[in-house]
Amino acid sequence: MTKIKMNIANLNCFYAKKQVLENISLHINANQILSIIGPSNSGKTTFLRTLNRMSDFDADYWRKGKVFLDEKDIFSMNMEKLRSRVGMLFAMPMPLPLSIFENVAYAPRRLNLLKGKPKKYIDEIVETSLRDASLWDEVKDRLDESAMKMSGGQQQRLCIARILAIDPEVILFDEPCSGLDPISTAKVEETMMALKKRYTIVLVTNNVKQASRVGDVTAFFLMGKLIEIDDTAKLFVAPKQKETNDYITGRFG
Amino acid sequence: MKKTKDKIIEKIIFICGILSIIFVALIFGFLFKEGIEFFRDFGLKNFLGSAVWRPTSVPPQFGILSLIAGSVLVTVGACIIAVPLGIAAALYISELAPKAIRDILKSLVELMAAVPSVVIGFVGMVIVAPYVRIILNLPTGLTAFTGSLVLAFMAMPTIITISEDAIRSVPKQYKDGALALGATNWQAIRRVVLMAAMPGIIAAIMLGIGRVIGETMAVMMVTGNAAHIPHSIFEPVRTMTATIAAEMGETVRESLHYRSLFAIGLILFLITFIVNFVADLFSGRSKNQ
Repeated sequence: MTKIKMNIANLNCFYAKKQVLENISLHINANQILSIIGPSNSGKTTFLRTLNRMSDFDADYWRKGKVFLDEKDIFSMNMEKLRSRVGMLFAMPMPLPLSIFENVAYAPRRLNLLKGKPKKYIDEIVETSLRDASLWDEVKDRLDESAMKMSGGQQQRLCIARILAIDPEVILFDEPCSGLDPISTAKVEETMMALKKRYTIVLVTNNVKQASRVGDVTAFFLMGKLIEIDDTAKLFVAPKQKETNDYITGRFG
Repeated sequence: MKKTKDKIIEKIIFICGILSIIFVALIFGFLFKEGIEFFRDFGLKNFLGSAVWRPTSVPPQFGILSLIAGSVLVTVGACIIAVPLGIAAALYISELAPKAIRDILKSLVELMAAVPSVVIGFVGMVIVAPYVRIILNLPTGLTAFTGSLVLAFMAMPTIITISEDAIRSVPKQYKDGALALGATNWQAIRRVVLMAAMPGIIAAIMLGIGRVIGETMAVMMVTGNAAHIPHSIFEPVRTMTATIAAEMGETVRESLHYRSLFAIGLILFLITFIVNFVADLFSGRSKNQ
């Protein structure tokens, strides 16, 4: 029996009067990858941004329903605390305009994770985070260089390392490979597979193949509705809904 | 037929384009010509090395140091007031204010830039100066400090509008990235948004300084115009611009005094040129990133 990490109950999200998510209920298992597929405008990203309350900053955004993290309501939690437990990676790799080292050290410093620790401790965090993001070997000799000089794929893995540095429980990936070439994509996917041993992962992707490669469970969103959610193996071989079948076989979307 | 029309229009646009260059070159050339003649007659060392400005005594003395000190003091004072206020206002407008307030504030700031400097000087003279005198218990309210206050008010619109543009052109993803790592809104703004917008903000400050150094009317009305090296910011000073404006009407054309004012103009031109150049360097750097 797998443990349930996050539970979403009757979630409805709106931008002003427009409803972008309708009555979503699902749960996310611990130490698994849930991939969410669906065409553009199906509400995938809104769903993801609701899970760590990034959407709270969006203008005109409001919602009904509940989301639980380890059975606690996230909407009554401290927002910053929640985000240090539920990290997020964006579609465009966006390192901060700092050095590679400082990018990874940024969050631990901000969140006061270093209090009472020896001075060397930050070096350790940076190294393990970069290792876990399978980036260490490529950058260990140039940690002081600007992160803006790295390639797109490296930048994206740096962003992963940045999240790992605060050791969250859940990591949300918002189309992490949409701007990357196939080789970089493979590396990011590899990293994700390795990370699920320790973290719970939610992956939003436009790439159906990617969902079938890395997801343990796959959910299909269409026009703000959850059409189907099942084990990836089952969903891709024998989808129950016609829309799902049409989408994964490439008939639309 | 069409081709000739195109050619003519191209030529006209070309002339318009290089007109500004010609104007600047002409202004500089004219300043330089008169200034050089002054330096030849009076000596560069006596000009830059003395603080005594007595153009009508016998023999006349043209020491520019006290005027430079006046300009620098007023400018630095204005910056100390205007820079933090301007950046804070820009941050509020671009990051924190609700949309309705933001629109009102933006148009008000633009309106602030449209107030004629003589009106600001007038208000400074009849309202600000007496209050400065009473509150700080000074013999006169016409001081460098009053000038700084008034000039800060004039530099703020420049600093606010340009910094606000710089802050708003920082990709939203930078801030999102920091927020998604658990940073608070303020931490994200201070460490990420401000840092990324810094080149633009510095350019804004430089342009604000350029405006302050060159300002004449308001400064002449509120700083007291005493040409001596001030010992504190609460004393009257005289700036380079005010000297030119006040004395130009009383000089004999082609006289030494007349040329000395051109020499001041030359120094002023060099200073603003350097300030603008530095501003360009910074704004160019932000675009290349």
